[in-house]
Amino acid sequence: MEMQQPLDAAVGRDSIDWTREYQAILRAYEQAGGSPAVLRAGRVAALVVNANRVLGIINVPGVTIDAEPLSDGVQVRIVAAPGACLDRPVHLCFGMLPETGTQRIIAEYEIGAGAQVEFLAHCTFPNARDLQHTMEAQVHVGEGACLRYTEAHYHGPYGGVVVEACADVAVAAGGRYFSTFSLTHGRVGRLLIDYTADVDDSGVVDLASMVYGTGNDDIEVREAVRLNGRGARGLAKTRIAVRDQAHSRVFTTAEGNAPGTRGHMDCAEIVRGNAVAKNVPTVIVRNDGAHVTHEAAIGSVNQKELETLMARGLDEDTAVDVIIRGMLGQL
Amino acid sequence: MNDNDVLLDVQGVTLVREGRTILRDVDLQVLAGEIHALLGVNGSGKSSLAYAIMGCAEYRPDTGRIVFAGRVVNDLPIYERARLGLTLAWQEPARFDGLPIGDYLTLGRPTMTREELWEALHAVALAPEAYLPRALDRTLSGGERKRIELAAVYAMRPRLAILDEPDSGVDVLSFGDVQHLVRRMARMGCAVLLITHRNEMAAIADRASVMHAGQIVMTGAPEEAQLAYP
Repeated sequence: MEMQQPLDAAVGRDSIDWTREYQAILRAYEQAGGSPAVLRAGRVAALVVNANRVLGIINVPGVTIDAEPLSDGVQVRIVAAPGACLDRPVHLCFGMLPETGTQRIIAEYEIGAGAQVEFLAHCTFPNARDLQHTMEAQVHVGEGACLRYTEAHYHGPYGGVVVEACADVAVAAGGRYFSTFSLTHGRVGRLLIDYTADVDDSGVVDLASMVYGTGNDDIEVREAVRLNGRGARGLAKTRIAVRDQAHSRVFTTAEGNAPGTRGHMDCAEIVRGNAVAKNVPTVIVRNDGAHVTHEAAIGSVNQKELETLMARGLDEDTAVDVIIRGMLGQL
Repeated sequence: MNDNDVLLDVQGVTLVREGRTILRDVDLQVLAGEIHALLGVNGSGKSSLAYAIMGCAEYRPDTGRIVFAGRVVNDLPIYERARLGLTLAWQEPARFDGLPIGDYLTLGRPTMTREELWEALHAVALAPEAYLPRALDRTLSGGERKRIELAAVYAMRPRLAILDEPDSGVDVLSFGDVQHLVRRMARMGCAVLLITHRNEMAAIADRASVMHAGQIVMTGAPEEAQLAYP
């Protein structure tokens, strides 16, 4: 093991302010759904970033994390060695504690051939009133490798965040990439998710986005799955709930470009109050052996579901919340 | 019959939808703790009456009163009626993506113990270890959802459960399970308004009423009702 000391000790040796900052970001990390105890135990690969400061890195055999500060963020490179098989997820915490500012994360994920890894990323901006967070990620999943990437956001109660989460994903032959983005607690602010995935022979990509917008939140999801190799498969799944004056726009594209490819887009959105939801699926098929489908359902909460829960004694708001959180996979 | 024994008292309820009279001057009384079968052919108004009693949208009576546990509930929303101890098991239960079955069963009584949760599933002949981890979604068959709906009502310990055709969509082998469940609920002090097409199901009732064209045309012993049921 390259480095196993707990992150508390790693940051504490330089300066008391960094220790305080680290403790503060861990509290914010917990608000986003992360587990500080896991980081403190020091047995998992991890990276903790506040604004443009790298507060801690833990590497474990098979995974190397490098992070360098930029003037407005951090540049990160994470490499999973070929054949690496981690029994615990790699934990990533990207946060920003101030109310205002900019954080740009330039990230590169290189998953070696045959590696099996999972990442749990938490992005937390608990005090944000006028803050911008940009993620520009390049992901390469090697031949026969598997990457599961789960990203949970917490943006605080004010809605003063602009988040742009962009990723270009390349999945090599036989590789598998599963991604889940969720932002279902607190306010969203303005959110752009822009993912493109290119999938080679027999590769698999599964993109899922779950967002709950309230107030005047603005949500735009752009997901494109390009099934370029023979037998490649892809799914783009979107679950969005908007209420009050929130707006959402979902643009999904699936391309079947090779024989035996199978693609599907699945969008479900619940709209309440004066909110507005829009879904535009695009299907492109360039090979007569490809099969691409889509389904979309946008509407109010199902009346029968609502009345069923109310017949168990839940008031209307609580019943709506149960239905929405169920759809968003948050129960 | 003593007035104090009357748990549900439907008095002269009429419901008109889109110009069509669905319920016509319906009178129905369900006593505390009794199993009361409601028979009638398709379209006679049985489910509409159930929705009106529960307070579902678009089923608010145009005239008449619904009295439950001594209180007029016409203006109460569904959840307030539920909190008084009234609930409904739908003929076609809803699906809930992502809602764990365990969570669904405890919605009506959050203080329920783990043992009571298991008992509710055993009561509908489902194995808790197989079903509690699952969601109440489209991966379940109609029959499984039906049993879970009945388990949720049972777990809630209501004063009156309206069961809308609990025997439809379940196979013949499990018909006895449904009968057993209804009897069990009655033994626990829960009155059951049992909507059914089947004489075998109505036979377990204490009393029965027959609906025809939106009206209650007779109330009496189940065997008498079966004779009047076309």
